[in-house]
Amino acid sequence: MTGAVSTNAGQLLALYEQMAVIRRTEKAAHDLFLAGLVKGTTHLASGHEAIAVGASAALRDDDYVFATYRGHHHALARGATPEECLAELMSRATGLCKAKGGSMHLTKASHNMLGSYAIVGAHLPMAVGAAWSARLRGTGQIAVAFFGDGATNIGAFHEALNLAAVWKLPVLFICENNLYMEYTPIADVTAVANPAADRAPAYGIPGEIVDGNDVVLVQEAVGRLADRARAGDGPSLLEAQTYRHFGHSRTDPATYRPAEEVERWLKHDPLDLARGRLAELGVPEEAVTEADARATGLVQQAVDAAKQAPAADPREALTDVWADGGAAWRT
Amino acid sequence: MADVITYREAVAEGIAREMRRDPAVVCLGEDIGAAGGVFKTTVGLHKEFGSERVWDTPISEQAIVGAAMGAAMTGMRPVAEIMFSDFLACCWDYLANEIPKVRYMTGGQVTVPLVVRTANGGGLGFGAQHSQATENWAFTVPGLKIAAPATPADVIGMMAAAIRSDDPVVFFEHKGLFATKGPPAPPDHLVELGQAAVVREGADVTLVALASMVPVALTAAERLAEEDIDAEVIDLRCLVPLDTRTVLGSLAKTSRLVTVEENPYQGGWGGTLVSVVADEGFGLLDAPVRRVAAECVPLPFADALEEQVIPTVDKVVTAVRRLAAY
Repeated sequence: MTGAVSTNAGQLLALYEQMAVIRRTEKAAHDLFLAGLVKGTTHLASGHEAIAVGASAALRDDDYVFATYRGHHHALARGATPEECLAELMSRATGLCKAKGGSMHLTKASHNMLGSYAIVGAHLPMAVGAAWSARLRGTGQIAVAFFGDGATNIGAFHEALNLAAVWKLPVLFICENNLYMEYTPIADVTAVANPAADRAPAYGIPGEIVDGNDVVLVQEAVGRLADRARAGDGPSLLEAQTYRHFGHSRTDPATYRPAEEVERWLKHDPLDLARGRLAELGVPEEAVTEADARATGLVQQAVDAAKQAPAADPREALTDVWADGGAAWRT
Repeated sequence: MADVITYREAVAEGIAREMRRDPAVVCLGEDIGAAGGVFKTTVGLHKEFGSERVWDTPISEQAIVGAAMGAAMTGMRPVAEIMFSDFLACCWDYLANEIPKVRYMTGGQVTVPLVVRTANGGGLGFGAQHSQATENWAFTVPGLKIAAPATPADVIGMMAAAIRSDDPVVFFEHKGLFATKGPPAPPDHLVELGQAAVVREGADVTLVALASMVPVALTAAERLAEEDIDAEVIDLRCLVPLDTRTVLGSLAKTSRLVTVEENPYQGGWGGTLVSVVADEGFGLLDAPVRRVAAECVPLPFADALEEQVIPTVDKVVTAVRRLAAY
């Protein structure tokens, strides 16, 4: 791995701890599902932690983030707590979305994390609109859409890239390429080798590839492209290469992935890479162990609190359709 | 102020009034800028408000409506144009899955104050893919408000309400009404969404219509008056909120109901309205309910064929005459 990026040891340790919290939250989500406490499905982001944490570290607190149904890591990286995320998955009244959204729709709007969307590619135009709005209001904010490799073959991706390029908007499109479009290798269904980055030239915007498992490299790339966008130089596309530790969704054991490929990627784990960098920076082993222990404690507390939280209030089913809080469709 | 204004001019006037009072209102769509829109419904906006508030887009319906959604979530009040309502199918994900659901599925964290305007309906011979009355498409999705004005003054008053609404509104402008004229709207004219208008009072039968079917129903009522059938005509104005109270109030007087719908009978808005009447107003009725709606076929091109499909004054008169004799 490159060591070209200079990083403050304290900052990197903080990023490591965020990734450790995400890893443990995803593990808890997995275990709670098996225990029958999470229903529906989950699309876990274990393995993708460095993309959310590295990107988030490079953004301003008021920048807009739009994520997908594999979005727990983005909600957490933008300030949602493990407790409110797990409570949402467990259908608790204290859930992030009052148990109306579930795993696929985690949202922390008070931090401008404006949602997780489960129709592939749909949120890319929304990020374009948020960037347009930021420019119209002159706030200096940028918008970021995170999406999977599968989204690069849907129309909304191409419409969004073209409009963002034509209007030269401050938006970043960050592809989390984990090599599989659900169960199918993305290479089998895509006309170009790099599903996101290779499309960028068609829209006249920068298209870069980064090791999405290296939080330092992600932070560097996103920071540079964010500066460019904020300076008025328009959108960019970043393809972050990564790998899922679990299958596509809860019911997928991912047996279609070759064992040697899985092994290779598990050895290229985002947390391991960060630990290596911390050691290179002279951070003592105990400091990392303490960060791990804090993450474990936080997530365990979150699990306990979510288990004890009240179930979703049935009366909430008929609220929040309209801005007045209600659901009346007729007089 | 001019004595009359066209429905077409009222669209631009309605948008302009809101753009003058609120800098957060911005427009986007295909050919809406210097070109003034293919239906000339945005004439003058680009000149008055400039490129920073009136944005020409590529032919990218998903990007148009998706970007409007993102802007609405972040402090703007975008007014997006989808040129023909048939093209709503090209961005249907946003109207079916995204815009109406995001507030609910985030537990009320997000508000989406946007308007999607679109030219709707038949009567101009544009064929099957440019003539549909698609208000019933939107009517299948909880979470969208639906406006469909019938007069120039209502266009202005309802546009004001739609743009000021903190909820998403699909605003159906009827192609067949663009050239029609009516009294101009007074300053600050506002017609709250969900308030039907009794546009002709009568005692014998209630005709409920929307958009271009309102003048059809009114003309039918005049013809029926010559036969001593006194029809009340209600302009629904909106499908959501649906003003069932006004309809039930009218039925308390007339006891007979005919809906006049341009959308196909199959899945048309009248089905829902009639079911409310059956549930809550059955005792008011002295006769079966009749729905005069479009035939369940694609819209044909030739006038002689199209008028076989869309409700006409003759069809309404015939239906009411039979009902009156029941």
